[in-house]
Amino acid sequence: MTTAVKVQLALATVMFAVAPWIVNAAPHEATMGLVYKIYFFHMPSAWMFMIAAIVSGVASARYLFTKNPKSDATAVAAAELAVLFGLLALVTGPLWARKAWGVWWVWDARLTSSLMLFLIFLAYLLLRQFGGPGSEKLSAGLALFGMANVPFIYVSVNVWRTLHPKTSVVPTLPVEMGIPLWFCVTAFLLLFLALLSLRASLERQRGRIDALYLAEDEA
Amino acid sequence: MSGDFDHVSVVQLGRHYGRRRALTDISFTARAGAIVGLLGSNGAGKSTLLSILGTLLVASTGHVKYGGVTVTEGGPGLRSRIGMLGHDLFLYPELTARENLVFFGRLYGLDGVEGRVATALDHAGLAARGDDPVSSYSRGMRQRVALERALLHGPRLLLLDEPFTGLDQASAAALVGRLRHEQARGVITILATHDLDVVDGLLSEVVFLHGGRRATAATTAGTLRDRYREAMQSA
Amino acid sequence: MSAFLRVAALVVRKDLTVEVRSFEVLSTTLFFAVTVVLIFAFGFVKEGVPLDGVAAAILWIALAFSGTLALGRTFERERQADTLRALMLAPADRPALYAGKLAGILMLMALVEAVLVPMVGLMFQAPVFFAPGHLAALLAAGTLGFAAVGTLFAAMLVRARSRDVLLPVLLYPMTVPVMIAGVRGTAALFQPEADLELAQFWLALLVFFDAVFVTLALWTFEPLMTD
Repeated sequence: MTTAVKVQLALATVMFAVAPWIVNAAPHEATMGLVYKIYFFHMPSAWMFMIAAIVSGVASARYLFTKNPKSDATAVAAAELAVLFGLLALVTGPLWARKAWGVWWVWDARLTSSLMLFLIFLAYLLLRQFGGPGSEKLSAGLALFGMANVPFIYVSVNVWRTLHPKTSVVPTLPVEMGIPLWFCVTAFLLLFLALLSLRASLERQRGRIDALYLAEDEA
Repeated sequence: MSGDFDHVSVVQLGRHYGRRRALTDISFTARAGAIVGLLGSNGAGKSTLLSILGTLLVASTGHVKYGGVTVTEGGPGLRSRIGMLGHDLFLYPELTARENLVFFGRLYGLDGVEGRVATALDHAGLAARGDDPVSSYSRGMRQRVALERALLHGPRLLLLDEPFTGLDQASAAALVGRLRHEQARGVITILATHDLDVVDGLLSEVVFLHGGRRATAATTAGTLRDRYREAMQSA
Repeated sequence: MSAFLRVAALVVRKDLTVEVRSFEVLSTTLFFAVTVVLIFAFGFVKEGVPLDGVAAAILWIALAFSGTLALGRTFERERQADTLRALMLAPADRPALYAGKLAGILMLMALVEAVLVPMVGLMFQAPVFFAPGHLAALLAAGTLGFAAVGTLFAAMLVRARSRDVLLPVLLYPMTVPVMIAGVRGTAALFQPEADLELAQFWLALLVFFDAVFVTLALWTFEPLMTD
């Protein structure tokens, strides 16, 4: 674990420990009451999911064209985090939606596309697991395509009227609601970065073990 | 770049899949007119080496140079100088021999494809059956068409993976004759086989492979089979 | 450019010639597509009458399922005598090989659509001939998007393990935007008062998707296919 990762983890732990108080301190929102506070964990999860998807996509593109195993390690780490944070977002979202709008799930374009992006990265993990040799390259292609799908998700909110709040809800939140949100986003971001570093380094070490096996075989 | 070359150098070539080593530290040079035999049991790495030589696989370590040019430098022009006869023959069974050859001829951008194909079918002794689907051919006939396909564009490097499998004596002899003919034209032939008796006397050089590594026999005398046995024992 | 088209045309002609010898892929795909429509129709029947508004969905689902089947079969053929490797051996431009394969699949799917659209119109009283230009454009753009991604994935999975189940696993999530746009656009056309503008919007989205993903596929075909 590098110093940077230790710092990130420490900070994230502290922030998450403190978060409940900060979130609680935020005022109740007029129509939705207490329940909207799930939003403070749901939004950052959704953002981390998107960021992870993009990181995986970019790293995959680099791996495809430079064949550098470090890029593949980052791609796999980000893909796993995309599945993790995606799952968090997809669980907290319906919890919020149920209380706020009375339904667990709505099949609008935004939610559906997010679910599909989640499935794409789940498919990424399946491909790596079951695709046999050479599946690193194939999954890189998949992640790249998955990332290319992200704009279609973002555009669909602004174009197709849905129950999902428009993406501009963040700036219009009053400051007292804004600060807890950014606090949680920062906490999630630190956690994300720490996990990404750890998982990517684990993957690189796995590659090093393979190289050691090969070198030993040679001797 | 469609540069021709007069030799192929394999330098410390290695290829691995995760933890499994398929090839380790293979080095040799083959010059124009050489017929190099890659000899070894199944799993020794022969097919892997041929795939790398044919630009279908990338080496993990080391490199191959075609007259001083690497694969990346050579690009598509290099591929036009290489012909390969794979273990699975690379022929569309639903198409006739003529259609197969014409397709690949056009794909390789050759001129006068029809004429070349007619000549090729003559060489293969299949002019009469050239318009029957390949699926109706025997293994030996398919082999002959596949060989013509590999030679249609006049390659400098000919790669053959187990070409004598399933051939009767007459077909094997015909193949040997064809290879000698190409040898006289300066083609570099690298063939993988474990039919030692058939190729004894045909090969100008031998590379013994065992477990992905090159094995050597101390003596150069004796039959190929003897030398092979010796190489495998000392590996 | 002309070399690209020449190679692509060669591949298409070869695929057509091979297919014409047996019609295996066309007949099995068509039969399967028709069966899918029937199964869904029976599934969605209520009191002996098909449910309202399912025609568009059933059409696109049938196309997705049969398209996946056709893709799998087409590349299985190239696996038979390892001919895909022979194609990669040639000095031809690799993206041109992809384009040729894609064109072949598109032709096949066009034939399937020629059968399914009237069939769906008949079975669900859907006004398929009301705005034929719009419907044809939607089908063309949607099929292109689906096939562009599908051809790439099917090709790259040729040497992978578990390729039969992995193709749908990879392809369906990736082409959901196509499905959504296709179904919603077609539904807009099948409505009692067809909403042409809405259909046009979804068509535009499909065209945009096609542009992005065909480019991406052409760009990544070679690195994905070389080992």
